[in-house]
Amino acid sequence: MYKILHREDLVPGIHLFRVEAPAVAAKAQAGQFVIVRVDEKGERIPLTVADWDREEGSLTIVFMEVGTTTRKMAILKKGDYILNFVGPLGLPTHIERLGTVVCVGGGVGVAPIVPIARAFKEAGNKVISIMGARSWNLLFWEERLRSVSNELTVTTDDGSYGRKGVVTEPLKEILDSGQKVDMVMAVGPVVMMKFCAKTTNPYGVKTVVSLNPIMVDGTGMCGCCRVEIGEKTKFTCVDGPDFDGHQVDWDLLLARQHIYLEAEKRSLELWEQREGRETNA
Amino acid sequence: MPKLDLNRQPMPKQEPQVRAKNFNEVALGYTPEQALAEANRCIQCPKHPCIDGCPVEVPIPEFIKALREGDMLQAVEVLKSKNSLPAICGRVCPQETQCESACTLSKKGAPIAIGRLERYVANWELNQPATSKPAVILPPTNGKRIAVIGSGPAGLTAAADMAKMGYQVTIFEALHIAGGVLMYGIPEFRLPKHIVQSEVEYVKSLGVDIKLDSVVGKVVTVDELMKEQGYDAVFLGTGAGLPMFLNIPGENLNSIYSANEFLTRINLMKAYLFPEYDTPVQIGKRIAVIGGGNVAMDSARCALRLGFEEVHIVYRRSRAELPARQEEAENAEEEGVIFKFLTNPVRFLGNKDGWVTQMECVEMELGEPDASGRRRPIVKAGSEFMIDVDIAVIALGTTPNPLITATTEGLDTTKGGTVVASETTGKTVKDSVWAGGDIVTGSATVISAMGAGKRAAASMHEALGG
Ligand SMILES: Cc1cc2nc3c(=O)[nH]c(=O)nc-3n(C[C@H](O)[C@H](O)[C@H](O)COP(=O)(O)OP(=O)(O)OC[C@H]3O[C@@H](n4cnc5c(N)ncnc54)[C@H](O)[C@@H]3O)c2cc1C
Ligand SMILES: Cc1cc2nc3c(=O)[nH]c(=O)nc-3n(C[C@H](O)[C@H](O)[C@H](O)COP(=O)(O)OP(=O)(O)OC[C@H]3O[C@@H](n4cnc5c(N)ncnc54)[C@H](O)[C@@H]3O)c2cc1C
Ligand code: FES
Repeated sequence: MYKILHREDLVPGIHLFRVEAPAVAAKAQAGQFVIVRVDEKGERIPLTVADWDREEGSLTIVFMEVGTTTRKMAILKKGDYILNFVGPLGLPTHIERLGTVVCVGGGVGVAPIVPIARAFKEAGNKVISIMGARSWNLLFWEERLRSVSNELTVTTDDGSYGRKGVVTEPLKEILDSGQKVDMVMAVGPVVMMKFCAKTTNPYGVKTVVSLNPIMVDGTGMCGCCRVEIGEKTKFTCVDGPDFDGHQVDWDLLLARQHIYLEAEKRSLELWEQREGRETNA
Repeated sequence: MPKLDLNRQPMPKQEPQVRAKNFNEVALGYTPEQALAEANRCIQCPKHPCIDGCPVEVPIPEFIKALREGDMLQAVEVLKSKNSLPAICGRVCPQETQCESACTLSKKGAPIAIGRLERYVANWELNQPATSKPAVILPPTNGKRIAVIGSGPAGLTAAADMAKMGYQVTIFEALHIAGGVLMYGIPEFRLPKHIVQSEVEYVKSLGVDIKLDSVVGKVVTVDELMKEQGYDAVFLGTGAGLPMFLNIPGENLNSIYSANEFLTRINLMKAYLFPEYDTPVQIGKRIAVIGGGNVAMDSARCALRLGFEEVHIVYRRSRAELPARQEEAENAEEEGVIFKFLTNPVRFLGNKDGWVTQMECVEMELGEPDASGRRRPIVKAGSEFMIDVDIAVIALGTTPNPLITATTEGLDTTKGGTVVASETTGKTVKDSVWAGGDIVTGSATVISAMGAGKRAAASMHEALGG
């Protein structure tokens, strides 16, 4: 049982937990993830490490409500417990001094990009960050990301805040500006990562993405998380989650993410009915 | 000399058509009368070849004698003196190639049903109120600390034996529940999970601390356990959990599973109770399970119970070479699993949305024996044909997960990824580190993993000076 030390509602539908897990916190590094199971009947779901506090022995996760598990999590309060919390899993993002690194975070992916940007900056890189959301009211951690970046551009799809448009536009401008970019790191929805990789491809700039296929164990035991990288099958949970964005078979990843769409819908409907009954009672 | 009784008591089972639709245990267990009748058949021969056939040398004639004298407590004690997990072994051990094949009556075609008697005695004990069970008497702690990695049969056995000798034992387990393959692989209808958990509780009652959610190699390394956390010795019992795939085109299409994933979803995550439980598994009309071992049988039989209409097992050799326990293959066939022998898939085809729809196969014939002594399957030229499938499960076997070996200095591994350890002691080439079970042998059996755990415990005890 892992205690929720702190809860914050960042924006509608996206929440932050600081969870008491000293052993995980002691080892966590940027780019790694944890697997969470909320209750006895719950599914195991992966969530990226958004921050850690080794002294407090806590780990921060930021999650978006999309289905049964994340909805179950969203009703937990400070002081409640999460049944299982395993990590840190996956390989950390490979951090080295390269020169200039562009960090792109989209949607809930802004949370994991912060420790990655911080690590690149601490390693002596110039960090140019780009963060995007659909609209102003879904933006969070702007100041946090700014504090670990040399430059920051914020975009919203509807232009309600920052630049209007999607993150690939400022990304292309940076690449076109003539300054040397040594690496691009992108974390966010699959479509965003795919288009970031497409954008950088003609420039030949190394682009690392953090893939998010469906997982079960997270330790290499099941193969549920397999992806194809340069036509080779890899297990995201142990070989990744970071991969060369120019080599990823994006269509396969998207197809595999949708395997349980109908079941997930049923599960959520049932949960909503049950919850409804409970609140009415 | 009394006349030999060759009337082996059959195991009462659920009817095939009934059990193929539920996840309850297939075998129902002997009645007391049946158990007594079977025990009475034992001739208590002085040579007791059965004991030599048992990888952990259970004093079989002795527990059978106690059983027929009605001294159940004594029967339990005798069994448990060598085997801390009898309720499990009584259900899943391949007795037909071990104790029962060695039984003197086996020559007459009617060996004593040792496994069924073991199951009977162990069940009797599980059903007793705690007060009437033999009390656990532990020696005073000797202050030495042992880390056991993995809570499968190897780890549980090593932990139990060390605890009984006065060591402070901590088990580190990656998953959210202890038991290893017994929990995530072998299905409920062959090995009910509450039975595995009672055995886990027994190990805990010996003072063993089980840390779940702990992936060694990630949250802590083997070297850190010894250098920073003060463990005096480490036992690696992490099994062989990495699934093999066919490496043929189309294998990553939607609805193609490794057997590990299919079984983990069903057994560990209880997808057969979806949506009451949150984890789903794909269900369709036609499923092909590729492979011929216990894992393939378990996957196919799970599929029947999930409601698939046609369940095929596709195996590249013939019936005679099936590596699965004969009893399990028979059970599967009785329940309606269709066997396609001498057949091998060469690629999977899918629709435009990425879902598997067909599997192209070739017919095989058997040639000369290969290194394993089994006849090598050879492709029949021009024999390609298609099978329609909604779901495919790849049950080819597993190899050890490299997580531990990649993060531990100084272990020796084989080409197949198994850890090199002494067969008699389980000692690895690394100081203070022992290993046993599937991580050393590759996929084997529950009892061989337990045997390895036992031998390692004895060797650790000797090395640590008692
Ligand atoms: C390495 C990794 C890191 C991730 N980090 C974050 C994060 O930091 N914050 C965040 O909000 N989300 C993250 N995700 C996605 C998150 O795991 C899913 O949103 C979550 O599993 C949804 O579960 P659910 O039951 O609420 O929704 P469901 O209704 O079960 O599913 C909704 C969608 O989520 C995805 N999904 C479902 N089950 C799983 C699963 N077991 N594993 C992975 N994806 C699944 C599917 O694409 C599905 O269509 C990450 C995924 C991966 C693989
Ligand atoms: C579907 C199936 C059916 C089978 N049927 C039979 C049968 O009928 N009869 C029979 O005798 N045998 C059967 N077997 C084989 C038998 O289950 C295994 O040989 C046996 O379980 C091996 O035991 P073990 O303790 O070595 O490993 P496992 O049972 O594999 O346990 C290893 C444990 O270690 C944990 N672990 C792995 N890595 C780490 C890590 N880095 N840190 C912490 N923990 C870790 C795993 O999560 C697991 O819990 C079957 C196997 C399968 C898969
Ligand atoms: S999630 Fe099971 S192997 Fe990666």
